[in-house]
Amino acid sequence: MPEARVPEARVSVEWADRVPIMAPSRLGELWRSLHRGVGALLGAGLLLLMVLSAFLAPVLAPHDPLEAEVTKRLRPPVWTAKGTSEYLLGTDQLGRDVLSRTIYGSRVSLIVGITAVVISGALGVLLGLIAAIQGGRLDALIMRVADVQLAFPFILLAIAVVAVVGGGLLNVILILGVTGWVSYGRVVRSQALSVKEKEYVEAARALGTRSLVLVFRHILPNVMTPVIVLATFNVASYMVAEASLTFLGLGVQPTIPSWGIMLADGREYMRAGWWMAIFPGLALVLTVLSINLLGDWLREYLDPRLRHTE
Amino acid sequence: MWRYLLRRLAQSVAVVFGVLLLVFLIMQLTGDPAALMLPPDSPGADIERARIMYGLDRPLYVQFVRFLVGDIATGGGAGRTVRTFASGGGWLEVPIKPRKGVIRGDFGESLRYREQPALAVVIERFPRSLELMVAAFLYAVVLSLVFGLVCALRQGSLLDQAVRILAILGQSVPSFWLGLLLIIVFSVWLGWLPAMGSGTWWHLVMPAVTLGSLSLARNTRLVRSGMLDALGEDYVRTARAKGLTERLVVAKHALKNIAIPLVTLWGLDIGALFGGAVITESIFAWPGTGRLVIESVTRRDFPVVQAAVFFIALVFVLVNLVVDLIYGWLDPRVRLGR
Repeated sequence: MPEARVPEARVSVEWADRVPIMAPSRLGELWRSLHRGVGALLGAGLLLLMVLSAFLAPVLAPHDPLEAEVTKRLRPPVWTAKGTSEYLLGTDQLGRDVLSRTIYGSRVSLIVGITAVVISGALGVLLGLIAAIQGGRLDALIMRVADVQLAFPFILLAIAVVAVVGGGLLNVILILGVTGWVSYGRVVRSQALSVKEKEYVEAARALGTRSLVLVFRHILPNVMTPVIVLATFNVASYMVAEASLTFLGLGVQPTIPSWGIMLADGREYMRAGWWMAIFPGLALVLTVLSINLLGDWLREYLDPRLRHTE
Repeated sequence: MWRYLLRRLAQSVAVVFGVLLLVFLIMQLTGDPAALMLPPDSPGADIERARIMYGLDRPLYVQFVRFLVGDIATGGGAGRTVRTFASGGGWLEVPIKPRKGVIRGDFGESLRYREQPALAVVIERFPRSLELMVAAFLYAVVLSLVFGLVCALRQGSLLDQAVRILAILGQSVPSFWLGLLLIIVFSVWLGWLPAMGSGTWWHLVMPAVTLGSLSLARNTRLVRSGMLDALGEDYVRTARAKGLTERLVVAKHALKNIAIPLVTLWGLDIGALFGGAVITESIFAWPGTGRLVIESVTRRDFPVVQAAVFFIALVFVLVNLVVDLIYGWLDPRVRLGR
């Protein structure tokens, strides 16, 4: 496929070159490797904290995230001169507790990040496999659609679609999920193209294995490694994309406590209440950081060649 | 080289056509593009009128052809009026808006800036976006080369450690939050830089830093690891063994070999800049194309949204074409298609 060479080379800088096909070995080794990397351990810890706070939000949050008390609006955090211990991270323009809203906000990010990755991953793996195995016109069609989608900055495409169909949690998840398949599709296609020529696939085929079994038992498991790495990083990018859309007023409904909404509110009160924009953003940064650290470690773990440079 | 060039050109034309199809189809997602053109609670008669006026009552493929090449191919329509039942009874004369087609740059008129062609509104704003993107790009490229090189040459030093941690952190900071943070610190608290608007060099500083930081972080890591890889190669050892100065070894042998992944990454960066500009321009009230997109989305000015999305994708495709040509020039394997 000479014409596919250049675009693929572009993807490869980030993924394909760096993630060879290699099945993860035993869990024990995985744990030891995780233990060695300080960054990975930090990432895992932070992420665990974030997931816990999403699940335990009703227990952890000191206030109702929607409860507004206008008389207590724009209270600064506890360590400042006018802060009170009732509101550790202060209150917003309606007197809602910033800490509680930040804790609850992790739910939206987590839901969007994970479900959108599952949708785009499933779609991309499926289309990539079809393209690689069917070949011919279907392959050409799928890859041309991918080319067209890559001609748009991701966020711009999402904005254009949201503009027409409207925002809301479900729409945001669907839009991010459906528009995000391209990177998976291309990686899976290029991996599957080489895997399907391997001897063990040929052997299975010679033994009369049905083609569906062949694809799902012999080809799919061997193209999943880069998909897993990509999916890890994408959880973080979708969280940022959702927060960006929401921040621009095009994402999740303002009635749901989310970091994007809090940042949009905070932007209006940068002079009167800097803490409104700082803390939800910090929560987002720490979450994204934890996922990126885990992703880096996962990529290195799956590719020992990288260990000496990073 | 010519065959490669032609092939890439044909590919780009196909992509642009696909982009137009997508831009056209996005408007159909709700099933009623006429309703999208009007304020949310418009009466049915107004929607019906808009449907005829913009030719949205015709079959979808006719609409697409008209969208592409205008009225010639679909048997005119310009200047004609259509008689239709008015909802209050009686007849209504509706003039059909003429279309020249996107092939002649006609995306219809802006609904917000009456009588102004949508594409003209977009192009008018583009130089400001370009200014911001060039500044962000230079900031990211120059600093990443400096940081990446210094880190690779002083691997393990305190500076290396610090830059690496900052780079990992920088990759995790969403640009819009960085923008807010910069405004709070440098405008609200310190009062050093203007928070909004444009006009002077000082206005450019925070938006450019906001827009370029993600690329800076990513590029720094790539330059560093790429240089470390290259410095460990046999050809570098040979170059050193034959007595070249370290400066020559780094500049001529190591750096040259990371040129290809770097150019690839810069191409990716430009794409990221286009996307990031939408958000950055909104935060800093920077009067570019990106902010225009958001303004047009919130004011339901869909011809401008379509024109802007198309225009950005077109520029993006052109940039990618140039990047690939540079690529072919740098790496003979690519242009020969091997």
